[in-house]
Amino acid sequence: MEFAELIKTPRVDNVVLHRPFYPAVEGTLCLTGHHLILSSRQDNTEELWLLHSNIDAIDKRFVGSLGTIIIKCKDFRIIQLDIPGMEECLNIASSIEALSTLDSVTLMYPFFYRPMFEVIEDGWHSFLPEQEFELYSSATSEWRLSYVNKEFAVCPSYPPIVIVPKSIDDEALRKVATFRHGGRFPVLSYYHKKNGMVIMRSGQPLTGTNGRRCKEDEKLINATLRAGKRGYIIDTRSLNVAQQARAKGGGFEQEAHYPQWRRIHKSIERYHILQDSLIKLVEACNDQTHNMDRWLSKLEASNWLTHVKEILTTACLAAQCIDREGASVLIHGAEGTDSTLQAASLAQIILEPRSRTVRGFEALIEREWLQAGHPFQQRCAQSAYCNSKQKWEAPVFLLFLDCVWQILRQFPCSFEFNEHFLIMLFEHAYASQFGTFLGNNESERCKLKLQQKTMSLWSWVNRPSELSKFANPLFEANNLVIWPSVAPQSLQLWEGIFLRWNRSSKYVDEAYEEMVNIIEYNRELQAKVNILRRQLAELETEDGLRESP
Amino acid sequence: MEHIRTTKVEQVKLLDRFSTGNKSLTGTLYLTATHLLFIDSHQKETWILHHHIASVEKLALTTSGCPLVIQCKNFRIVHFIVPRERDCHDIYNSLLQLSKQAKYEDLYAFSYNPKQNDSERLQGWQLIDLAEEYKRMGVPNSHWQLSDANREYKICETYPRELYVPRIASKPIIVGSSKFRSKGRFPVLCYYHEEKEAAICRCSQPLSGFSARCLEDEHLLQAISKANPVNRYMYVVDTRPKLNAMANRAAGKGYENEDNYSNIRFQFVGIENIHVMRSSLQKLLEVNGTRGLSVNDFYSGLESSGWLRHIKAVMDAAIFLAKAIMVENASVLVHCSDGWDRTSQVCSLGSLLLDSYYRTIKGFMVLIEKDWISFGHKFSERCGHLDGDPKEVSPVFTQFLECVWHLTEQFPQAFEFNEAFLLQIHEHIHSCQFGNFLGNCQKEREDLKLKEKTYSLWPFLLDDQKKFLNPLYSSKSQRFTVLEPNTVSFNFKFWRNMYHQFDRTLHPRQSIFNIIMNMNEQNKQLEKDIQDLESKIKQCKNKQSDGVLTKELLHSVHPESPILKTSLCLKEQTLLPVNDALRTIEGSNPADNRYSDYTEEFSKSEPGVVSLEYGVARMTC
Repeated sequence: MEFAELIKTPRVDNVVLHRPFYPAVEGTLCLTGHHLILSSRQDNTEELWLLHSNIDAIDKRFVGSLGTIIIKCKDFRIIQLDIPGMEECLNIASSIEALSTLDSVTLMYPFFYRPMFEVIEDGWHSFLPEQEFELYSSATSEWRLSYVNKEFAVCPSYPPIVIVPKSIDDEALRKVATFRHGGRFPVLSYYHKKNGMVIMRSGQPLTGTNGRRCKEDEKLINATLRAGKRGYIIDTRSLNVAQQARAKGGGFEQEAHYPQWRRIHKSIERYHILQDSLIKLVEACNDQTHNMDRWLSKLEASNWLTHVKEILTTACLAAQCIDREGASVLIHGAEGTDSTLQAASLAQIILEPRSRTVRGFEALIEREWLQAGHPFQQRCAQSAYCNSKQKWEAPVFLLFLDCVWQILRQFPCSFEFNEHFLIMLFEHAYASQFGTFLGNNESERCKLKLQQKTMSLWSWVNRPSELSKFANPLFEANNLVIWPSVAPQSLQLWEGIFLRWNRSSKYVDEAYEEMVNIIEYNRELQAKVNILRRQLAELETEDGLRESP
Repeated sequence: MEHIRTTKVEQVKLLDRFSTGNKSLTGTLYLTATHLLFIDSHQKETWILHHHIASVEKLALTTSGCPLVIQCKNFRIVHFIVPRERDCHDIYNSLLQLSKQAKYEDLYAFSYNPKQNDSERLQGWQLIDLAEEYKRMGVPNSHWQLSDANREYKICETYPRELYVPRIASKPIIVGSSKFRSKGRFPVLCYYHEEKEAAICRCSQPLSGFSARCLEDEHLLQAISKANPVNRYMYVVDTRPKLNAMANRAAGKGYENEDNYSNIRFQFVGIENIHVMRSSLQKLLEVNGTRGLSVNDFYSGLESSGWLRHIKAVMDAAIFLAKAIMVENASVLVHCSDGWDRTSQVCSLGSLLLDSYYRTIKGFMVLIEKDWISFGHKFSERCGHLDGDPKEVSPVFTQFLECVWHLTEQFPQAFEFNEAFLLQIHEHIHSCQFGNFLGNCQKEREDLKLKEKTYSLWPFLLDDQKKFLNPLYSSKSQRFTVLEPNTVSFNFKFWRNMYHQFDRTLHPRQSIFNIIMNMNEQNKQLEKDIQDLESKIKQCKNKQSDGVLTKELLHSVHPESPILKTSLCLKEQTLLPVNDALRTIEGSNPADNRYSDYTEEFSKSEPGVVSLEYGVARMTC
């Protein structure tokens, strides 16, 4: 297919662009295969350069022959284009609609994008499972790399290489896979070096109504326990939901068969409930005319912060089992691709200082989200403005980022990166020139040959010039476990995401700059004092030497 | 002290407010003439001033003892368990007596002795000079003059002696107008904008009833509008909801009839009265004091309390004032019913938006002295300093502080002071430790001889200035002359650091603010160090300039002195850690009280379900 077929009118003059907090701009609108570009041609700069894949929904209306297209983006921005001429407007609108909903992944921009920067480090090879495993292998010999999923035959949503208990062979893993949802047998997610406890994650056990059991499954997870120790299974569904899952062949671990494990049910919502929540929240934030009561009741009705609290609480609980109770944890919900990953990865943010560094956080996203098979393509296909009632969209990853932001706010010095890093990840998960978040799992990414055909997000981000934008000036390595407060009074609406396009942050940004200046000045002064002290000491020694003989 | 029967109780437990696990600290409770003091087994002291106590409650006896719950005006809530009911009863009775004094003379300020002599004390009181402040604004001038009409408090007892009025308003007009205004509070100058030659004036409601009018009052308003050479019309802002103002007409009060006054534009702004505000705060505190509060209950409670709606209403009114002056160049007359609550809020906040001086530490003190203290905001009644009518208590001033806090959030660089300054002032409007906020008007304060018998708060705050400085304050920038806050609802947030000031577990564990504040201090020190070092180096060099030759010789003999190297390392080490010390992580050590909860819970047998505890996740059986 040629993009030209979809672009009925590639260029319209005298289009007026309206954006919040900017004056309206008149210019020429151009449509390319992947971008919508508006240029005023005044100083050769483009006023707007928008990826079609970032467009979530469009509305059009007409007043006489003047058409207006309102573009709602996946990053929640809303812009308006006034296009003279009804036909041009209709053409542009239908082209945008078609180009923003391409059904083939290989037509997406990452397959056409040619980077204008020099690749210093190929991000596709930055976080290999073997390297990650090496970090553990110095501390423990109880775990091994298994290649049982090499051809994605055992579990289609797992990567080819996983970490499993050393005492369990690949044959047993194959059997366990048949007992777990989607073949997602328990694998290592995190090893707590301080006490050797671990977080494992998996899909739900397929116990069904007749209480099926699997000896290998029991053996596998018991292999992670120290003698005489108990572990915790955190089921991210309420007991009720878990029981209902049995009717559909799913279920949960029976006490009788897993006597060394204590099961805890937490209720993290999924799918359309989260999607609805996002839609309501963004709607509430976009309406500036709400009076106070209406705003607060809309904010409440969205339930967004309730979800944040539930997810954080579950993660705290997992972290607490590990660090306070000295017990290992197995986390799963139903599929083990959403709430499971939220809880497991946030627990690591709490427990593991490395995951609060830029590299460590990237590794966490790579390992616990991308390789762990979070279906990014399905979940991020649409955002807050979608009307279609598709079943698979859900802001699972955005909720995770929001939770990280909440912890960052409470521990502003313990993260190497700043809020902009999280916002950048949100943007790229929904629309990007990079291939990193394409596909739903490693198997799909392999088939798409993303490594050969697209650029990794990390190749771009990890260049010093980019990294400097995401650096937290207050960062000071903190080797402690950081326990966030999850009280409603301590949680806040993430303004950087949800109010980003709805208010001017000028004064707050300027204050931030001033803060950076103070920190940089402090560093300069310290360095200068050190140099002067050295100079003085040298002079004094010389003095001393001169006088002593 | 006749009220104290038991001065010391041992083995008292202090419960964690938000823990369901009955976690507690054990220690000793002491009752002094002024404070209740709890010292726990780690020797940590909790001081509670009797005057801060809003309510004491004795709950039903439990197996571990008799619970005593104390709620403070600074929003601290403590929950003690006293082993013996008798002791509990004694303390309860004592606190009831001590927290509600019948006479001013029994308040702390009259016994508080910061070891200053009389002249120091007097100097303290002279720190804020309102005549000086009016001069700074540019009055008296050709349009405005100091009136001596109220010099002996003859016209209005609740106004200060010195009042500024339009030059063309004669004494008979003033007297006539004052008779037509509730409590004699006739229109006077409150803030003068020199550049725009426009004024903010204040008064109380007119006694207009359904049809009464007063020529002198009409003249006075006309005089005010004439005192503005640029714009002949003026706004009259009634800060009450229209319905309330109309209801007042039946009682012979009410609001100005536009037909009777030339050149006025009348406007209601709809701020609720003190009773609505009191119960709003009450609801807010009930909600956020709930254990195991859910997000939805928190927000629906926040909504139904109406608190943020009221804050927004005050802010919107202040913005109206600022706009009238800046955009339309019009003078504004503000009133409510008596003109000492909502009027004080709106006038002071409006001035703060207009004039950057009020955003400095000293200027903010002046603003409070002028618009609140001198114009007779009834601090003693609103804060319940004495055992009086509980219906007179209302958080009007707290709301003003909260509005200012919201402004500091929107304009982080526009204020010289920080949040701690606002909290400290809030602490002292209730503490009765200083004389400033005692009494309900200037006359009452003079009768109490506060300047002779008590100390002023302001010099103590100024001495402590360092703590209250905003490290991001940019005094030079002229951009901030007039603040134009955005009052879209989502800009108003729950002020956690006020209403949960003492609930440390709810606060961020690391404070950017403190780090930057310390860093700013450190930078000043480093600048000094650099100067010192540079001058020392200069001295050294001068000393050596004669012996250059020898020096070079020696250098070639000892190219690398090992002694020198080690000493340098040591020096750098001692210098560097300052930075680390700034960033100590609060509450993240294993002794963090929030998390010691868990251990106990986990060791219990077989918990089936997990419930959410306030603030933290924990397991229950």
